Amino acid sequence: MTGSGTPKLTEFLVEKVVKNYSGIYDKSTAELLSRVRREKLSQPAIFIGMGSCGITAGADKTLKAVETYLTENKIKADIIKVGCMGLCSAEPLLDVQLPGKTRLSFANATAGKVDDLLNSVFHHTLPHDNILGQYRFHGHEEWPGITSLEELPFFGLQYRMVLKNTGIISPEDIHDYLARGGYKSLFKTVLNYTPEKVCEIVEQSELRGRAGGGYLTGRKWLVALETGSDQKYLICNADESDPGAYMDRTLLEGDPHRVIEGIAIAAYAIGAKKAYIYLRSDYKRAIVILRDAIRQARECGFLGENIFGSGFNLTVQISQGAGAFVCGEETALIASLEGGRGIPREKPPFPAEKGLLGRPTVVNNIETLANVPAILENGPAWFKAIGTKTSKGTKVICISGKGVRTGVVEVPMGTRLIDIVNTLAGGIKNGKQLKAVLLGGPSGVFVPPQDLETEIGFDTLQEIGAGIGIGGMVLLDEETCMVSLSKYFMEFLQKESCGKCIPCREGTKRMLEILEGITRRPREESSHETLERFKGVVQLENLAEVIRDTSLCGLGQNAPGPVLSSLKWFREEYEEHIFDRRCAAGVCHDLRTFFIDVDLCNGCNICQRKCPENAIIGTVKMPHFIIENKCTGCGICFDSCKFNAIYFK
Amino acid sequence: MQFEIEVNDEHVIARRGETIKNVLDRIGVKVPTLCHINGFTPTGNCRLCVVEVDGLPGLVPSCSHPVEEWMKIRTHTPRVLKARKTLVELLLAGHPNDCLYCEKNGRCELQELSYEMQIRERKYQSRRIPVQIDKACPSIERDPAKCILCERCIRVCNEMIGVGAIEIIGRGSESRIGTTYNKGLNTNACVKCGQCITVCPTGALIEKTAIHTVLEALNNPRLYPVVQFSPTLPAAIAEEFNLKSTKDVLNIVRAAMKKMGFRQVFDISMAADLTLMEEAAEIAERIRTQEGLPFFTSCCPSWVRYVEELKPVYLSSLSTTRSPQQIMGRMIKQYITTSAGQKAEDVFVVSAMPCTAKKEEAGKDFIKDTQVPFVDAVLTNREIIKLIHLMGIDFSFLEPEPEDSAFSIRSSSGKLFGMAGGHLEGLIRTLHFQMTGQEMNPLKIQDLRGLKTRKEARIKIGKQIINVVSVSGLAHAKHLLEEIEAGRREIHIVEVMACPYGCLNGGGQRQGADEKSLKSRMKILYDIDEEEIIKAAHKNPTITGLYENFLGKPNNDRDREFLHVSRVARQEK
Amino acid sequence: MQQDDIMEQLLLDLFSKYPAGKKEGLIPILQEIQEEKGSLTGEILTAVAQHLELPVNKVYGVAAFYNQFLFRPHGAFHIQVCDGTGCHLGGSVSLLTAVEKFLKIKAGNTSRDGQFSLEAVPCMGACDQSPVISINGERYPRINEEELRKIIGVIKEKKV
Repeated sequence: MTGSGTPKLTEFLVEKVVKNYSGIYDKSTAELLSRVRREKLSQPAIFIGMGSCGITAGADKTLKAVETYLTENKIKADIIKVGCMGLCSAEPLLDVQLPGKTRLSFANATAGKVDDLLNSVFHHTLPHDNILGQYRFHGHEEWPGITSLEELPFFGLQYRMVLKNTGIISPEDIHDYLARGGYKSLFKTVLNYTPEKVCEIVEQSELRGRAGGGYLTGRKWLVALETGSDQKYLICNADESDPGAYMDRTLLEGDPHRVIEGIAIAAYAIGAKKAYIYLRSDYKRAIVILRDAIRQARECGFLGENIFGSGFNLTVQISQGAGAFVCGEETALIASLEGGRGIPREKPPFPAEKGLLGRPTVVNNIETLANVPAILENGPAWFKAIGTKTSKGTKVICISGKGVRTGVVEVPMGTRLIDIVNTLAGGIKNGKQLKAVLLGGPSGVFVPPQDLETEIGFDTLQEIGAGIGIGGMVLLDEETCMVSLSKYFMEFLQKESCGKCIPCREGTKRMLEILEGITRRPREESSHETLERFKGVVQLENLAEVIRDTSLCGLGQNAPGPVLSSLKWFREEYEEHIFDRRCAAGVCHDLRTFFIDVDLCNGCNICQRKCPENAIIGTVKMPHFIIENKCTGCGICFDSCKFNAIYFK
Repeated sequence: MQFEIEVNDEHVIARRGETIKNVLDRIGVKVPTLCHINGFTPTGNCRLCVVEVDGLPGLVPSCSHPVEEWMKIRTHTPRVLKARKTLVELLLAGHPNDCLYCEKNGRCELQELSYEMQIRERKYQSRRIPVQIDKACPSIERDPAKCILCERCIRVCNEMIGVGAIEIIGRGSESRIGTTYNKGLNTNACVKCGQCITVCPTGALIEKTAIHTVLEALNNPRLYPVVQFSPTLPAAIAEEFNLKSTKDVLNIVRAAMKKMGFRQVFDISMAADLTLMEEAAEIAERIRTQEGLPFFTSCCPSWVRYVEELKPVYLSSLSTTRSPQQIMGRMIKQYITTSAGQKAEDVFVVSAMPCTAKKEEAGKDFIKDTQVPFVDAVLTNREIIKLIHLMGIDFSFLEPEPEDSAFSIRSSSGKLFGMAGGHLEGLIRTLHFQMTGQEMNPLKIQDLRGLKTRKEARIKIGKQIINVVSVSGLAHAKHLLEEIEAGRREIHIVEVMACPYGCLNGGGQRQGADEKSLKSRMKILYDIDEEEIIKAAHKNPTITGLYENFLGKPNNDRDREFLHVSRVARQEK
Repeated sequence: MQQDDIMEQLLLDLFSKYPAGKKEGLIPILQEIQEEKGSLTGEILTAVAQHLELPVNKVYGVAAFYNQFLFRPHGAFHIQVCDGTGCHLGGSVSLLTAVEKFLKIKAGNTSRDGQFSLEAVPCMGACDQSPVISINGERYPRINEEELRKIIGVIKEKKV
């Protein structure tokens, strides 16, 4: 977004808004601000959710369709590519705002629907489908009969502070952020506060690290600040690799400057001149947006030399992770930045004392840092008012799995899990029952329905043996096989274990092998083998305990989480797999028993020829049968039958 | 700063900056470990040294966790013991079941732990991907199947040797210690020093044994087997068999060798004298012309290989003099063919060395006319000891065998080759004489003694000041080269030993030597120097005779095949 | 021959960008080469090791640690089946088995003719649209076996 006159606009915004403590603007400033914020429009504006999730759902095709529509109909309108506002299951999202009217939001606006949708809106009528809601705004004429977005259940429970701008503003244009008070906190901080004071404010706010141990952020900063060194580093950890969580990406793609501002404030607080943002290399779009955002921030003087004339210097560098889950652990991340294998090391010494290249280094999760500008803007007391006694502020949560709605939400600490499941996610898809919720990613724990009254918070979750992790929440329906799912997570973790310490490297592998044994049908059935498999379960518990006790880093320490919690709550499923050799959910293929429907079988003989175990008998043109004892459940017959005559239990 | 902590209900003094293990070691509480090596960065890989600390949720590895004031530590609670046992069981799950056939049987740390932990069955079963044993290297054999990934070898190779010949390849349960594209150690940067072998807790790294070859030679009536031994052997044998390390040990060793069937026993130290003579002449020449300085010694084959492989710019600075092993081998063959009427190809020369790299070195030189190698087989001190056991030799029944062979007269300078700084000390004695015609006084150079990896001295020879440096542990040599590259100019002579503290701590020595035993090995050699009458190479009558009768002046053009090599850079592919 | 020149130029560019002897540059250098060339070869690793003054093994060890680096290039059509939690629950396993059968290659391998490679990846971050597959970077959301067969059928036709 570098049109003519932009430098002037930037200068204006920096002088009149960023450097304006009071927040009271003269008339011309207010007028300009409302234009930049697109509250006052001179021509229609069309917003397209172009986060990665949107693009996967076809937002780029929607964009093309919109462009074609506008050219064909000779309509002048601005197209603004925004990030994802969180309701990923409704992507692609398309918003249209006519001058003087509210911004209207459409769900599932695939390319084919664009013409109809835009036709209606430009003719001031409402289309029949796809309407999600409207953004209510003082002075805008409302569309009749349309719910306001904040009244939707998906948004009702949310408290959007970190995600305030995400999906609303253009992540590609720094002016959007500036016009909403962006970089004011940085200005205030570097000119008014000493680094000690910043640490103090953040400690007073009781902001705790959003991933991992929940250590007080301000205190961690203070340690780094007080450790003498010629160079210090700040690292923003955005290396989310939990399968099923992508809030970091949503934030980076939707509101990159909030992160950059948080980084700048944190770097100032610890005395770092260099900051790194570490993120997954396959987050291509986030990298492009972030790189551009850093450039814009530098051009505005928010990064670089002598920021706001304060003498504070900072360079921010993007570092791309090369694909290793373990690099989410801070010492592994540092090892990787140093050019080595991403291997964690023993703590202490903590990175805040001795980190990157042996210098004091603060590693903060991206969400933690994104909280910082608001804390500095509104003060610690304001922040402390949100949340519970021990957990302040909000938590960004990524809902996936079998919910009606999935996506990224931000709720105040203290929100009950059940409310997230029922209200935000809208319950379970296809009228199924909720079986459990997995909290905290692949090394998280399963929370059974009876524990869902628990409030989100560091201590409350700990009481039920869970943790929020980086905020992944997977909803599982009644058709989930807990044994198989635990096996899936164990497989993931053992693949991603760095291999340094014995319990994690060997232990997770053994646990996986035991789980594989349980979900596999033994070739020959004898009571001895059942006993062996039963012993496996006992070994699982023993191994889990030792792995948890002795592993070097969080990956190993938490790895047994899914297995232990599923054993605790769904033990009967394990027993069913072991003793009855049955997987009720039908997920564990090896345990299936196949049958031939005599009415449908015409005796084509294909299955008999294909069966590797010679378990199928029958004469040509007559219905065939499967000998149960010989069947290993491989499913080859099932796949080869052209008449759907084979079914399984 | 000191403070009190509690260990197993007892009050104990701890110092800030120490690890928990430091404290436990001091008070005699033993915790097992498979990955820790004293003096190296703790990594906390094996987790066997875990202890319980009040207030911390998990168990804490004592090798890498610093002590803190509030700590209450318990080292052998049921929880800790169970964890340790499970960890060993996990290691055993995929470990080969062939202890009986393993080189390390009886000396394996994993085996010992498994015994200590009362493990009586294979509790966990695991399938392992079959891996290939790297047998191609003449010095070291590597069996990844027996590896428990403690990373000791890697740390030694990186931190002490600075070569990085092996690295962990892969991730998680698929990680293996390996090399780029799984190339053999014979073709990569490995310098064959064998330091990895000395720290390996299992049988994953062993020397490539020559025992069978030697046994065959001993029993082949056509052959005339002889042995030459290094200055480190007597001490090694004394340690193993609890003999008092007196001068007699040497003679008992000689007797043992004879008993095993070696026809003659030679002391390599005599060839070391020859090396010193030649080197001193080389140096004198270089100092005169001021070319090719600093002069680097070349008796350590690992160091030579390092230069050839990684720092070929220094090839011209290396001494061209052959190592004592090679010179001795060549001379023995010459001597026996003339004196005992044997054909050169029938003389079988075995070296007993503290070194695995010597095995590779032995394969380098052949007599020009007959293509017979200078040295036919190299046994490490470990292998010699094994051979002694195998042949059922009981030292209490042995009569000391006096020196009888030719070449038995040697100066104590030759003995000093056994440790870092010693080669240099001997060299300066002869250099002083060659440059000034006078004996050095006093002979002892204190700056070059002691258990240090870097020793420097300024020596006055005549009117000249000669600056000498002794570095041991190739990583330290690397640092010195960096200093030289950065502009350090004043050094004249550099002695490099690949193994830290020199050959007495060589890759072919007993495993797991501690500082105490290193010091006592060192003392034995210095004691010999104290007592010996002939203390310098040029005073050795055999040597002076050799020069008078055969060789002419040191470092001349005659007999270069005997004493000198030409050096070529290795092309790593 | 020309390929070699391009490679050499790339290495020269990288070596001027990342200073010699600074091992922090290792991963970014390898990433750029991987991106440009599609895989890492022994010569490249040796050149990088020399530039950064590291043992070759160390460079190889780093490259072998991270998922991003390949020692053999992907096929002309690189098919990734997402096996993140969302997609796993959405049936990615049977999808993967279907592709394996259809292309006659196992996950993690490349077909003999170099046309297809198949990979199960941890999470593409599109869990809300599970199951997802990606072919040469283009994503196909909410896909079922039938559709997948069709898509692969189409690309099988236009083999390069």
